[in-house]
Amino acid sequence: MDSALIPKGVKRCPIWQFALGLGVVGAVLLWGVYAMFLCWFKGLNQTNMNDYYGFALWIWADLAVIALGGGAFFTGLLKYIIGKDDLKNIINYAVLIGFICYSSALLILAIDVGQPLRSWFIFWHANVHSMLTEVAFCLSCYFAVLTIEYIPLVLENRQLDKVPFVHNLTHTMHEHMAVFAATGAFLSFFHQGSLGGVAGVLFGRPFAFREHLFIWPWTFFLFTWSAAAYGPSFTLLVTRITEKITRKKLVKESTIQLLAKISGWMMLTYITAKIIDTVYWATTTAPSLGFTLKDFYSNNPVYGFWILGAELILGGVIPALMLVTPKIRQNRFALTTATVLAVIGVCLNRWVMILQVMAVPVMSFDTWAMYYPSWQEVATTVLPVAYGIILIMISYRYLPVFPNEAELNPLEPETPVVATAGTEEAAEEGPEPELTPAEA
Amino acid sequence: MKQTGNSDKPKRFGMVIDLDKCTGCGACMVACMAENNVPFREDESKKRVSITWLQVYRLTNGKPYPDAEVCYLPRPCQHCAGKHEGHSPCVSVCPATATDYDQQTGIVSQIYTRCFGCRYCMGACPYHARHFNWWDPVWPEGMEKYLNPDVSARMRGIVEKCNFCFQRYQKGLEKAHMEGRRELEEHEYQTACTQACPAGAIIFGDLNNPKHQVHQIAKPNLKKGGRPQNPKAFRLLEELETNTKVYYLSSKQWVQDAIHKPDLLDQTEAQH
Repeated sequence: MDSALIPKGVKRCPIWQFALGLGVVGAVLLWGVYAMFLCWFKGLNQTNMNDYYGFALWIWADLAVIALGGGAFFTGLLKYIIGKDDLKNIINYAVLIGFICYSSALLILAIDVGQPLRSWFIFWHANVHSMLTEVAFCLSCYFAVLTIEYIPLVLENRQLDKVPFVHNLTHTMHEHMAVFAATGAFLSFFHQGSLGGVAGVLFGRPFAFREHLFIWPWTFFLFTWSAAAYGPSFTLLVTRITEKITRKKLVKESTIQLLAKISGWMMLTYITAKIIDTVYWATTTAPSLGFTLKDFYSNNPVYGFWILGAELILGGVIPALMLVTPKIRQNRFALTTATVLAVIGVCLNRWVMILQVMAVPVMSFDTWAMYYPSWQEVATTVLPVAYGIILIMISYRYLPVFPNEAELNPLEPETPVVATAGTEEAAEEGPEPELTPAEA
Repeated sequence: MKQTGNSDKPKRFGMVIDLDKCTGCGACMVACMAENNVPFREDESKKRVSITWLQVYRLTNGKPYPDAEVCYLPRPCQHCAGKHEGHSPCVSVCPATATDYDQQTGIVSQIYTRCFGCRYCMGACPYHARHFNWWDPVWPEGMEKYLNPDVSARMRGIVEKCNFCFQRYQKGLEKAHMEGRRELEEHEYQTACTQACPAGAIIFGDLNNPKHQVHQIAKPNLKKGGRPQNPKAFRLLEELETNTKVYYLSSKQWVQDAIHKPDLLDQTEAQH
């Protein structure tokens, strides 16, 4: 039915199977949309947030998807600016994942603010000293860049590409993509950093506060660094999941290995810096503010030293060492395990820098604040995941996301059918079984 | 609020709260709510979603009878000045300039019509002095007639906080101007909580003015970020250099220790 839209030389599942998949994920999406409208129309009393937890699950999800979406800017930087040409095989998918992550982040923010209709105040009445202002400006601009990077892929759809103007536009956009990649890297450096700065500048919150380099706290640099390190790992993980579901090899092994190696070395340098930062904070910064390390990890039911260990060792040192060791990363299972651990590590870091900051009591007579999200918060957090899966499903089906797919998965020619059809189009397209009956 | 100053010399309004005198009666909280049209709900049992600009904490020394001692600690917004005047934890982070530090009075204000409810300021405040309007205000029938006409009611989705009853300062200034004066007498600008306290535990005035009681009692050392020179006086979280304008007095060592050393306070007994 939709075979005319499917890229040449590749095979896709039957339309009913595709529609069924869309329906299932779409139902989850609708659940999230329902919760979203509840929050918009009834207010944030639909959540379990409170005056101690002004930032909660949503802001964590926001920071996490932005970190995970960091694969887009960093892969773009590596390919277009540094010249790692082999990454052309995965750049489309990295951009798509980045686009999903960033659009999700903006959607979550639109639900999270108490007065969504006033959201533009952040631009109009901007306080240039606020890290959140920097986040808003850079995030919006970078989302525009990601959209520009995603558009050529959409225009490469088989039918759209037949229009000469569209074809030429796509070609021109590809030619100038290095400019957008550079812009994206520049913007990402600042918004990833300023998201780190959001926590690091809180001098009233000793758990979050870090020393500054000029106007930027160390978390500024650590967040950018971690996004560049962990983002590509997430790209690899999603690629792996896509390959599992489609039961196909979609990206050349050399590309996977290259990105895994770069991600690993970035991670190793990041986690070294993070450990140094943690030691300095624990021994110098926090004591100067009247706190000991133990104050942050005791007298509460959840946040013990285990979370620090899990973030630094399980989600940092271990995946980094796995990825930099060629023998380990060449093993598919070990590579996937490393990327899963990496994703857990960076998500834990963002959780700690938001949720634990809110939980730790600062006044001596205050108590730990615990929180669990309401179903509306969970549903609206699952919503972007469902949206992302749907966008990947549609993009994968109709757009040439993986340039190596046809080469890595050659179709078995069904010559008898093609021969009987005998149409000009069939002859031109060669062996493409799904097209032949319908087109004929 | 930046243009409200009426004198060349900036003021630095602040409070001294004598914990030895506070009985924990809560009159200050009630007066604050009535003066500032603070909304409330039928069920106010969930304290972390109810709005209380001035909150009274109950501290105990954790000892059994007959050595048990209790201290009540009223906590309004501390109106932090930060390391340099105006660098309050909340003001510096607000992305839409919806909270402001008035250099003429030292008061941290909230611009309700500009706040879009991101709640970053709440996360930045270590004193939990900021509250979010999780619901639209609903007043019992007829009560809207008793709202303070000088204070705007706030809508759902924005943050609010204590502003040292700034509307009273504005009213006082208007009256003074009508009488051809540029300065207010100490008694002409007093917060609602100060006036409501039956024990006289809350004292309010200009910390920069040597004639005002707050200056005389706290003896703030302006060269050292306003640190009190009165040995009985202290401020909350002095180590964070928030440079607050609310000073506390206590003659009890365990209270002073507990404020600075959490281990000395029975955490399970800390209630509010």
